Amino acid sequence: MSVVTGVTGEERDDLNRAESTQVRRRSQVLLGSLLSPLKRRIVLTFAVVVVSTAAQVAGPALIALGIDRGVPALIAGDAMPVALTTIAYIVLGIGGALLIGWYTLLQAKISQAVLFDLRRRVFRQTQRLSLEFHESYTSGRIISRQTSDLDSIRELLDSGVSNLVSGVLYMLGTAIALVVIDPMSGAILAGALVPLWFLTRWFQTRSQIRFRRTRVASARVIVKFVETMTGIRAVKAFRTEPANDRVFAKDVEEHRDSNARVIRLFGIYDPGLVLIGNVTVAIVLLVGGYRVVDGGIQIGVLLAALLYSRRFFDPMEEMAMFYNSYQSAAAALEKISGVLEEEPTVPDPAHPVELRAARGALRFDEVTFGYSAGRVILPSFDLDIPAGQVIALVGSTGAGKTTLAKLISRFYDPTIGTVTLDGIDLRSLHPKDLRRAIVMVTQESYLFSGSVAENIALGKPDATREQIVSAARAVGAHEFIELLPNGYDTDVNKRGGRVSAGQRQLISFARAFLADPAVLILDEATASLDIPSERAVQEALQTLLSDRTAIIIAHRLSTVAIADRVLVMEHGRIVEDGTPADLIGGTGRFASLHAAWRDSLV
Amino acid sequence: MPADRRPNTVSALWRLLPYARPALPRLILGMVVGIAAGLVALAIPQVLEYLVDTVLADRNAAGILPAALLILGLGVFEAAAILVRRTLVLTPNTHIEARMRNALFEHLQRLPVAFHDRWPSGQLLSRAISDLSAIRRWLAFGLMLLVVNTVTIVVGAILLITTSPLLGVVYLVMSVPIWFVGAKFERTYTLVARRSQDQTGDLATAVEESVHGIRVLKAFGRGGHALKKFERQAEELRGTELEKASAVAFVWRWLILIPDVTFAVCLALGVVLAAQGSLTAGALVAFFATATVLRFPVESIGFLLSFTLDTRTATDRYFEVMDEPNTITDPQSPRTLDQPQGLLEFRDVHFRYPDAPDRFADLVNGVDLRIEPGETMALVGLTGSGKSTITALVTRLYDIDSGAITLDGVDIRDLRLDELRSRVAMAFEDATLFSATVRENVLLGRPDAGEEALAEALRIAQAQFVHDLPDGLDTVIGEEGLSLSGGQRQRLALARAVAARPSVLVLDDPLSALDVETEELVESALRHVLASTTALIVAHRPSTVMLADRVAVLEDGRITAVGRHSELLATNDHYRFVISSLDEERKTAAASGSDSDAAADDAAVIDAEEVRA
Repeated sequence: MSVVTGVTGEERDDLNRAESTQVRRRSQVLLGSLLSPLKRRIVLTFAVVVVSTAAQVAGPALIALGIDRGVPALIAGDAMPVALTTIAYIVLGIGGALLIGWYTLLQAKISQAVLFDLRRRVFRQTQRLSLEFHESYTSGRIISRQTSDLDSIRELLDSGVSNLVSGVLYMLGTAIALVVIDPMSGAILAGALVPLWFLTRWFQTRSQIRFRRTRVASARVIVKFVETMTGIRAVKAFRTEPANDRVFAKDVEEHRDSNARVIRLFGIYDPGLVLIGNVTVAIVLLVGGYRVVDGGIQIGVLLAALLYSRRFFDPMEEMAMFYNSYQSAAAALEKISGVLEEEPTVPDPAHPVELRAARGALRFDEVTFGYSAGRVILPSFDLDIPAGQVIALVGSTGAGKTTLAKLISRFYDPTIGTVTLDGIDLRSLHPKDLRRAIVMVTQESYLFSGSVAENIALGKPDATREQIVSAARAVGAHEFIELLPNGYDTDVNKRGGRVSAGQRQLISFARAFLADPAVLILDEATASLDIPSERAVQEALQTLLSDRTAIIIAHRLSTVAIADRVLVMEHGRIVEDGTPADLIGGTGRFASLHAAWRDSLV
Repeated sequence: MPADRRPNTVSALWRLLPYARPALPRLILGMVVGIAAGLVALAIPQVLEYLVDTVLADRNAAGILPAALLILGLGVFEAAAILVRRTLVLTPNTHIEARMRNALFEHLQRLPVAFHDRWPSGQLLSRAISDLSAIRRWLAFGLMLLVVNTVTIVVGAILLITTSPLLGVVYLVMSVPIWFVGAKFERTYTLVARRSQDQTGDLATAVEESVHGIRVLKAFGRGGHALKKFERQAEELRGTELEKASAVAFVWRWLILIPDVTFAVCLALGVVLAAQGSLTAGALVAFFATATVLRFPVESIGFLLSFTLDTRTATDRYFEVMDEPNTITDPQSPRTLDQPQGLLEFRDVHFRYPDAPDRFADLVNGVDLRIEPGETMALVGLTGSGKSTITALVTRLYDIDSGAITLDGVDIRDLRLDELRSRVAMAFEDATLFSATVRENVLLGRPDAGEEALAEALRIAQAQFVHDLPDGLDTVIGEEGLSLSGGQRQRLALARAVAARPSVLVLDDPLSALDVETEELVESALRHVLASTTALIVAHRPSTVMLADRVAVLEDGRITAVGRHSELLATNDHYRFVISSLDEERKTAAASGSDSDAAADDAAVIDAEEVRA
């Protein structure tokens, strides 16, 4: 496997030739797949461009016709030619105007369809990728893929395919006309293509590297920006504003510099093209001049050849700009296609097994788990959790409790062995059924912007208001929600700024309650609750857990009261396993933990 | 956040001037050079025609080389002028963009938290990135073309009138509708452009949330749900963009149609005039030649107008944030604490969030509390009673509405923010970590602290686990500390507050995610720090309260009781309700344990606690 697969090597701009080709190919494939559903519309757009260009070209000819024929005819008393050309001109004008308007819409539709498709693909991919990916690929980078990278693709799409099409047509037509009129000048023009090719090649290789650098630099700016705004309280409390100013200014300067470099490159490329064009004209003049003196060609032919060779280069600047934005977009596509190429480490099954109504029996079969090859977190173990059992998972921080929970909720897959639900390997279980059957509530309760009700309804999107309220009531969240400015319709602003951590946890609980899963995992889900709330939640759990499997990780051992069975973990191993009463009565780890906890109570 | 007053586009864009000023000489020079390059480009065909007609007409071989050299010279001049123009204009423009971006960032960092509560960061991001790069591009190309084209149109119009007054006037009169079309376009387009940019910001926010909330989405299998919502938003944006396109299509149509009809009329009229003999055929040709040159500048009005309006909207959006006043600033004449003791006092403090409805009482409704130097005060109250809010008031993350908070007798609003926040260090309930090394994260409040202070802080917070990370103290942890557990993050946040060596420590439920044993270790280590440091600790658990010398009970926005844990437990019903696990947990402990401890009565526990304190 190459080192530039997926997002690896994303920060590098010094890709070697093979890598560069590989990355280019994958972004071209992506571009192709984005454009192919729009094939017919693209062809139509091209056709509209060609016709409207023709209409525009015909204009001056009509004026010439009007003047040359119309004036003498009118003097002779015949108004017909003038009237005809005038009408033709108006018709042409209207036609051209309508076509241009149509073209504008077509172009926008294509461009927006591509952007929409791309946004959706990246979003879906972000959701599809495993937690492992997100733990190393910071959110800021995803955001920069979705914002500034998309901006540069948008620029390409809007920069006028029309310019490209009409430019190519124009150049082609001019070149043919030139060859027909004067093959010799045509040959000179062909000769000019050689330095043109080298110049373009130079621009291409250089700008590729530099555009890559701008993408990396811009992502860095975005990462810093997002992180600072998200953590603004900590920033202020620890007075890191000046330090952040400096780091951000450095990132911005790097971005500016990389941008300036790429712009400067174009600043050489563009006048370079002009220079080649102008030199070509001078050579045509020089060679043609001597040929005129020799009597080889007529002056008229030379004049026409000169004008044609000059015109040949006219659309060059626009096409260069198009090429420039193409390079920029290609660099962005490289990054995006890298993200899209990533394969989730926890993939959806190819042949999902359905499980409509799960009972909730869990089994670990010779499971070993480690994040990377060398570091084993959970050494090989077996565990059988019958349906309906409530398990308290106990142990000091870092003992592997959360990892165990993440294996059950399939945030990770075991390195070796299988985890099964009702006898079905989680890896082959239909994701929908898996998520319906197993729900995990964690200590960090993220709230999405939107109302409290919407946040609770995340557990069951089609829930009625009554169901939402009764879920909130069940976990004791109803009272405080009612006291919010707009009750259930209160907007939980930006990362729940206005709702306290405890309240957020209650909302998460309500969410889980509403989801009504067969297996419920609570990972320190009551840590931020005050004691009365915790008590209410405990009571709710008594009923909630009566007919389902539960794994409860809590440092407050009060949970143990509602557990049927306690598992004590240490260094990734289950060291004790038994009923609460047995373990408390014993002399093991749990007995001492329990004693310590009881001491911590009032 | 729609602007209620809409100044015209020119004055809106004029606000860019202060940022552009340093680059102005180069921009103007660049424009001049650009115009020169344009003129040469226009002249070359004329010169060619002239040369061919004069030099070559008499087949003079000696004249060919100079003629070719002249053309070559002009051509090189044109290319050089373009090179110079680009060099002059483009680099300064990137500086303008960078300057504006830095200014925005600096301003945003200093705006109060209340502002950030209101503004989703996606909206801020879209301003910092997309809007500013649009402004740069406009300054580089749009403005230039606008000036050049306007000049061309004015000069061209004068030429037309001198060539043929009648035709010229007809041409100009018939072009008048362009103004109306342009004005209508400006009205519709500005609104749509604004909407599109706002929706782009919303989309960025949605992306951000979908990544930050990925665990929840995965845990509930709601990725598809989020995708649908996102698609709806993206679809809305697409709709807006297409509306924009149809506005552009509208103006394009007229910008093509009006000149064409004008041409046709002028053609008919011109032919009639020529036939009558009141206009020469040459003048007629010249008239159309000039009018043809004007075609591109006139057509480009549409593109330039939309470009300019996009930029105007971007500028509006930028200044919307830049104009936001910073309400929490350094005082005019700051006082300093020469000998900080750490006496923290709240006097009749009132605070409510700005968007709280009137019918609600103040969230902090007359808090009086005095924390003596070196004293540790626990703050206890129900979830949502305003404990966290009070902690945020001490460092002026929010400013109080009335009353006063004083540090060593000095109103905190009379201290420089920098001084206040170096005296008071906080650990938040959500432990925010930045993507930086462990070392940098812990020493955030005191980057110059030595290794010893760092080790000490890590020891107190029981965060020695960092030594097991791949690169130890130099391991870069994610922005959200993603691969660390909640307890580990909390301990780093605690270490950070301790490492800042403040005179006042404000800890918001700092041990909630720790297991009982670790909590005990942290507490015993923390006691040494707290012995000499004033501390305000939000507590949900009796175990955390144990750290405190006294406890303040927060109820209905007021401190209703202050006292020792044991006193309060004996005398205060609300306190007992909030903090005491006696009723339930004792029972469960008794139920699950069967040994004699369960029989211990309340009094015995209180005694034990007093001994410990």
